Amino acid sequence: MAEPILKVSNIETYYGPIMAIRGVSFDVPKGSIVTILGANGAGKTTVLKTVSGVMDPQKGSVVFDGREIQRMDPDKVMRLGISHVPEGREVFPFLSVRENLNMGAYTRRDADGVAQDLETVFGYFPVLKARAEQRAGSLSGGEQQMLAISRALMARPQVILLDEPSLGLSPKLVKDIFEIVVRINRERGVTILLVEQNANMALQTADYGYVLEVGRIVMADTCKRLMEKEDIKEFYLGIKEESARGKRRWKKRKTWR
Amino acid sequence: MQLTLNGLAVGCIYGLVALGFVLIYKATELVNFAQGDLLMLGAFVCYMAVVWWGLDYWVGFLIAVVAVGAFGALLDRVVLRQVIGQPQFAVVMLTIGLGAMFRTFASVTWGSEIYTLPTPFSGVWTVGGVTLSHQYLSIVFGTLLLCGVLYAFFNHTRIGVAMQATSQNQLAAYYMGIPVKLIFSLIWAISAGVAAAAGILLAPVTLIDINMGLAVALKAFAAAVLGGFGSIPGALMGGIVIGLIELYAGATLPEGFKDTAPYIVLLIMLIVRPQGLFGTMARKKV
Repeated sequence: MAEPILKVSNIETYYGPIMAIRGVSFDVPKGSIVTILGANGAGKTTVLKTVSGVMDPQKGSVVFDGREIQRMDPDKVMRLGISHVPEGREVFPFLSVRENLNMGAYTRRDADGVAQDLETVFGYFPVLKARAEQRAGSLSGGEQQMLAISRALMARPQVILLDEPSLGLSPKLVKDIFEIVVRINRERGVTILLVEQNANMALQTADYGYVLEVGRIVMADTCKRLMEKEDIKEFYLGIKEESARGKRRWKKRKTWR
Repeated sequence: MQLTLNGLAVGCIYGLVALGFVLIYKATELVNFAQGDLLMLGAFVCYMAVVWWGLDYWVGFLIAVVAVGAFGALLDRVVLRQVIGQPQFAVVMLTIGLGAMFRTFASVTWGSEIYTLPTPFSGVWTVGGVTLSHQYLSIVFGTLLLCGVLYAFFNHTRIGVAMQATSQNQLAAYYMGIPVKLIFSLIWAISAGVAAAAGILLAPVTLIDINMGLAVALKAFAAAVLGGFGSIPGALMGGIVIGLIELYAGATLPEGFKDTAPYIVLLIMLIVRPQGLFGTMARKKV
């Protein structure tokens, strides 16, 4: 495995008195796609927020490119090269699509490079070009997701944190968006940390996966091998196998507890 | 006609102060009740520059706007940043308290008499039997100019668009690497600077004293509500409507209605169209 560009060690993050992340560690190798799977409330979003600096961990460290970035302000983290695509898109509703994209490039000074990247992004998502002057709030959910991803790309980040890109989208759109995510990774060499509930899609897309349950990492492996595991199949992919006696065992337990 | 011009001018002042309310509210979700006292400070600083130091009116104008603007940014940095996340009530009390402090400061520094600011706008034009005083015209044109500058700034500069973005979605602005805290301070600076400009423009009409901001701020608040709190054109329109109502009510209705009529209209407005003139119901798409 390549050298990790992002190394998270033993972070603990709280919402007030409630511990949301209980000592999570993981590595994201440069140029890879890493996914964190987990159900509702497992703490996936909190992990991303801790990395991008929106939330501060009580303990542990986040090292990006050899530099500790935990407890840094989110705008500083972003300037270092980590773009966060938040859950639920969070576009600027009353700005036009083009203005939204320009805001993505807020930290950049090279006008030529920005214009070039704008074209690249329009190449990935032609629909955004067609709607460039429209208000972002008037876009459909899928288009807003495309805009959110594009906006993050406009900063030319080294790492993109992608939070639930499939949320509320049709299966066809989800497939399209994941294809683009892979293209962005392969063509531009952008490292991607993907958080998903749609385990099937995430495992097919990513190289390496972590499974997060109630604030802990309970499993870590390459996505290929994760897909073969019984527990993953049963609890995350929903593939049910008949037992030897021809009945399904309803009381089956997860083996990692 | 005379009344219309005067109402328009007074309304412009309300509009400018309301604009300050709205800018701060949109960006930081705080309501700054010290807005009227910033207006008063602006007028006093200009007075000090022109009368005490003998500077040119325009230089004094510039000094006052810049000084009060910088003071607004400082307020945000030092005081208001501490109360973000506290209940709204705490912020309301804090800004009201700050306003009282500014008034005390002003009476200690400049005294509690009533002052006249000498301005270059003393003449009148008579057009078709209507007297247009330069004072009132200067308010209207000053407002127009200021609005034009602000409009261009918010729509055509990088930092202006970033301010819009920040007020629409603060978290996302952080994710874009926009220095949100700095933007807040800048918005405070703009609001305070606009209030100062309004105070200086108003000075020849109401004269300068430490309480000049109070009544203006209250009516400007009404104007902001009338326009649909959160809408910038709404704030200006609201201000102008309130100014016109006030003057017409003063001229045509019995004594006492001058000051109450704007609020009566506001009440009716809130019953008929609670979102205000330009209010928009924000909807979030999922």
